[in-house]
Amino acid sequence: MMLHIKNGVVIDPKNNVNAEKMDVFVKDGKIVDESDVKREDCKVIDASNKLVVAGGVDMHAHIAGSKINTGREMRPEEMRVVRNIAGKFRAAIGRVLLTSPAIGYEYSKMGYTTAFEAAQPPVGALHTHEELDAIPLVDKGALPVFGNWHLVFKYVAEKDIEKLKTFIAWALERTKGFGVKVVNPGGVEAWMYGGNCKSLDDSVPGFDVTPREIITSLIQATEELKLNHSVHLHCNNLGTPGNYQTTLETMKLAGKFSNDKRQVLHVTHVQFNSYAGSSWRDVGSGAAEIAKYVNSVDNITIDMGQPIFGHATAMTGDAPFQFTLHKLTGARWSNKDSEIEGGAGIVPLIYLPKNPIHALQWAIGLELGLLIDSDKVVLSTDYPNGGPFTEYPYIMAMLMSKKMREKELERVSPYVQKATNLAAIDNEKTLFELIHMTRSLPSRVLGLDNKGHLGIGADADIAIYDLNPENVDTSNDFETVYKTFKKAVYTIKGGEIVVKDGELVKDLWGTTYWVDATGKVSMEAIDADLDEYFANYYSLERSNYGVEEAWLRNATKLIMG
Amino acid sequence: MAEEAEKLVNVICTFCGSVCDDVQFDVEKYKGKKFCKLGGSKFSKKERIKSPMIDGKEVSYEDAIEKAAEILVNAKRPLLYGWASTVNEAIRLGVILAERVGGIYDQCASVCHAPGTLALIEEGVPGGSLGQIKNRADMVVFWGSNPMEAHPRHPVRYSVRAKGLLIKSRKDRKVVVIDVRKTKSANMADLFIRIKPGYDYPIISALRALIKGEEDAVPDEVGGVSKAQLKELAEMMKSAKYGAILYGLGVTQSRGRDRNIENAIKLIQLLNRHTRWIIWPMRGHYNVVGAGEVPAWETGFTYAIDFSRGYPRFSPGEFSANEVLQRGDCDAALVIASDPAAHFPRASVAHLKKIPVIQIDPFPNMTTLVSDVVIPSAIAGIEAEGTAYRMDGIPFRVKKVIDTDYWSDEEILKLILEKVNEKLSAEEVV
Repeated sequence: MMLHIKNGVVIDPKNNVNAEKMDVFVKDGKIVDESDVKREDCKVIDASNKLVVAGGVDMHAHIAGSKINTGREMRPEEMRVVRNIAGKFRAAIGRVLLTSPAIGYEYSKMGYTTAFEAAQPPVGALHTHEELDAIPLVDKGALPVFGNWHLVFKYVAEKDIEKLKTFIAWALERTKGFGVKVVNPGGVEAWMYGGNCKSLDDSVPGFDVTPREIITSLIQATEELKLNHSVHLHCNNLGTPGNYQTTLETMKLAGKFSNDKRQVLHVTHVQFNSYAGSSWRDVGSGAAEIAKYVNSVDNITIDMGQPIFGHATAMTGDAPFQFTLHKLTGARWSNKDSEIEGGAGIVPLIYLPKNPIHALQWAIGLELGLLIDSDKVVLSTDYPNGGPFTEYPYIMAMLMSKKMREKELERVSPYVQKATNLAAIDNEKTLFELIHMTRSLPSRVLGLDNKGHLGIGADADIAIYDLNPENVDTSNDFETVYKTFKKAVYTIKGGEIVVKDGELVKDLWGTTYWVDATGKVSMEAIDADLDEYFANYYSLERSNYGVEEAWLRNATKLIMG
Repeated sequence: MAEEAEKLVNVICTFCGSVCDDVQFDVEKYKGKKFCKLGGSKFSKKERIKSPMIDGKEVSYEDAIEKAAEILVNAKRPLLYGWASTVNEAIRLGVILAERVGGIYDQCASVCHAPGTLALIEEGVPGGSLGQIKNRADMVVFWGSNPMEAHPRHPVRYSVRAKGLLIKSRKDRKVVVIDVRKTKSANMADLFIRIKPGYDYPIISALRALIKGEEDAVPDEVGGVSKAQLKELAEMMKSAKYGAILYGLGVTQSRGRDRNIENAIKLIQLLNRHTRWIIWPMRGHYNVVGAGEVPAWETGFTYAIDFSRGYPRFSPGEFSANEVLQRGDCDAALVIASDPAAHFPRASVAHLKKIPVIQIDPFPNMTTLVSDVVIPSAIAGIEAEGTAYRMDGIPFRVKKVIDTDYWSDEEILKLILEKVNEKLSAEEVV
């Protein structure tokens, strides 16, 4: 199908287009030049007075695999919100935890067209991919977790970067994974003994390595492999007062690396790692210090991990943290110790505006979003840890309007006035900046050149909103901004109109990206080690480990090197 | 010569929840190697359903599927039951089919490990993979489970004699069996504790009290176990470095049911304040985990799911197969990879006999006798491939190593769904 999107007001930050009235042409799923289409064969979409942007890209959400599914199984009370009755489309239900069809539908209705699962347990890769394959309408990818894998410890301890590189390439191929996720490096292994690694120099029990060494080595290996995406790090010491210092120290580990195309370290859901103070009694915000550092360097990006007031479910590979959370709240707790690769935990959660800690977390997320350069901070709720991704429009509106923040501050615990500077921050991000933080920036961070922009050759993933940037006053019209971004007038996925006026009109399947770096290494180097670890420490055969591309519904292999 | 005729290939066993993936199959002789008795019997020649049948008459696959689709579309509320012994790809189509026809999806767990699911809803489940048990568990408690007879290779591969990172020999691990009778598994235990039937809950409560240091709350004897022995057990649990409770139907199907598991999970929560412990069910069928996981991501729930309102509703005891059948609340049934006619109470089977039944199964069984449409299928793991989840949730792709004229469950369900969609959209147009 060919499309002619006519007279829209385009914001396309990657191509420096800021609210310009222009036409966009689509052919065979790509954005093309006007000369490549016959106008009379095009379906015309009248976008007069409407905002035309690339489809949204969620680079960090927990949307598929054993964690979210355990969350669903543990929380049937989440499943009483009916979003769609079975008919032309699948039945779709869920409050914050959604079923797989609902995940695709809700992203799409909001104008998002790509979403990445941020933590794939390697041995469970096939399960993650089955769930990704059940999510309609968006393109996908998954980041396998490396930071507590015994073979990583081994090569880090041996200071053998070549073997570490080979292992990463092997693991990405076997898991059909996209990049290197690291969750509480070393800490989850310590959890197997009931402990944790709270500082960068804690020794990992049973292995002669520290979080500092694990992170540094993984960055080096990832950079030498020139993977699309950098190391994607969930820091040590998450959810602890005073942890912003661990976060700063961790960020400094990236100092000696650089990359022309992208960051060398993406630090994720930083809100949970930006606490000052020494206990929950005097906990405060470390966001200003984090922001100062991130703004001063060129090789780090972050995402917010913004809490949304209401229900959430904490689910991370940070198993010791999840147990702490269970003890703290007394809520249900699921735990998954996983072979020699790490673990995970799941705990239900609710963010209450009047609770001083929850309000603090909410304020810190916003501080990070406001204080950090828009070229370095991606919008996220760390779904479903901070809450629903369907509230991204809330975050967008808040970052653009001081007035809205003032209004919201009235209903939250006064503790935030004391413990954060949110009330004093005058900064209001622009629409251009927010479009960047939700489209072009996450695409660049992931290393997906065809996503997040509307330049010739880009994937025709497009969102059209009922908002004219020339007429809207984002400082004052925050309610309009919020409502507008909740429902796209059109969502176009791969050149197909899938949503019109906020309603689904077409069901289709996106692709799953994975990164093949096996051509850059020699697999024989780790062959004997793999045989040894499978024979001695895994409970399954090496030959049965991993996922073949043919098993996926629609995979796209990105070849490195 | 025998050796010449031998053609061994690697396969993954599709019998019990252990899903042993180190076994081999001789495709010429049709005989397994390294299997336990249970797995070996599945991977050997067995009587098959010869052909698709309608009312006992042999028909083509296409005709049987057409008839099946007709039954499902004409029914007000069909029950789609079984699923634990087929692959995820088939289960997914089954869930979508149930949604499409406004029926009920239920699976074997509802008569088996579902109380564990209810306990998960109450407390969550602190668990771990079998590889972690093999590597680390210096104490394993089999509670109301009998692996020697139900999961014969589990002890050697994962839990008793398995060696790994920290466990270098059988001596490094304490094995406790708790049961109401001295099972075969009790023979391999370092400690066997016989309890009175129905006393799991108070015994777990006593252990919690002892570990909390509230010794005075515990009477001299609980459920047939002396306080001294309970103290010994509590002390062992507390001083273990990494322990695992592996429970079976002895706990889920005795007095207290889901409350027993809930209490055991609370015991594990408590133990984790001192050391590391996990708890996990010894799931039965090879893919009963998948039969719960797939509907969970597709519809939000694991079993007892009703779609009659166009969206999924979960209500165990209402939408679970036996209750539906005994209330006469379904007017057709599709039974796949299961034998409810043999295993359900008479009152359930009585209703099954009254309504049109479609069976999909490689093997004839009691349910075949009450089925109006019988569709034989390929055996997953031998004649058809697909995904199955081991009892700990680790996914495997089971293999196809023999060609067959039988259609796979996935192919059969795909065509049924297509036919159902055709019929329903035709109706919608009218």
